[in-house]
Amino acid sequence: MRWRALLLALALAAAGAPALAAEAQPTGRDSVAAARAVKLSEKLRCLVCQNQSIADSNAELAQDLRGQIRDQIAAGKTDDEIVAYMVARYGDFVLYQPPVKSTTMLLWAGPALLLIGGFAGLVHLVRARRTEAETPPLTDEERDRAARLLGGDGGKDLA
Amino acid sequence: MRLKLLAPLAVFIVICGFLLIGLWRDPREVPSPLIGKPAPAFTLTQLHEPAKTLGPADLKGQVWLLNVWASWCVSCREEHPLLVALGKANIVPIIGLDYKDEITAGKRWLTDNGNPYTTSVVDRDGKVGIDWGVYGVPETFVIDKAGTIRYKQIGPLTAEALETKIVPLIRELQKS
Repeated sequence: MRWRALLLALALAAAGAPALAAEAQPTGRDSVAAARAVKLSEKLRCLVCQNQSIADSNAELAQDLRGQIRDQIAAGKTDDEIVAYMVARYGDFVLYQPPVKSTTMLLWAGPALLLIGGFAGLVHLVRARRTEAETPPLTDEERDRAARLLGGDGGKDLA
Repeated sequence: MRLKLLAPLAVFIVICGFLLIGLWRDPREVPSPLIGKPAPAFTLTQLHEPAKTLGPADLKGQVWLLNVWASWCVSCREEHPLLVALGKANIVPIIGLDYKDEITAGKRWLTDNGNPYTTSVVDRDGKVGIDWGVYGVPETFVIDKAGTIRYKQIGPLTAEALETKIVPLIRELQKS
């Protein structure tokens, strides 16, 4: 009786094993897809709470959009295609990194322009200071006076 | 020399100008890329007659409004009297998109608050909402005869927006 119970338990355990194995399997490909989904959702802005990314936000829309990203990755879409999908619906605003366009030129070039402008201003200022600091040449009158004070020979050395 | 001293002040005033403009702009109003584009297609079941469906294709040839609403949406209550009045004026078909809502709750909400909609359709999982770039319910779209989105109101309708923008736009589109 006891033996039979033990056998039954063993048989049940054996039957359960493949089910367990089947459940534990999908780690490799899924974790890659999950990492991609997280990376993508960090690049996209949530429109409801605008200072959070879709990855950070708990707003319902952000949850739906995360689901959309996962679905599209599962459907074999590339990252660019998924981003294009979001931009087509919500505009460039969803991108934390705005694209280089005629309307965003100032945004992209602004810091460089400011840096160049600031540097040019600095050079200008330093040059102006330097010419100011240079000792002006002595006038004839001053040279004569210096010579007299030194009691020398007409100030030839001071030229 | 005097002018040079005034330069920082001028820069300061310009920056103040930009900041001041920024104060009056609503950061929630993100320009929709869908304006001027064809209305995204959908076929959804109707709220009151689940056996029937409706989509933009059925409305081709007429100017119509799509109003995204939900029974859980607080600011929908704010705009609802305006929609009811617009519905009574019978200027334009108003299609309601019941967004991520329970069907019974949606129906009850319309019974309680008045139903301005020609037809309401149910977007249970919000997929159609995503296609239309919906992010802040309520939202209202104006679609022209060719099926192109011409205007989008984000957030509740206001009497001012209706009078100055939406109704004139509808009349103009209906003439063409």
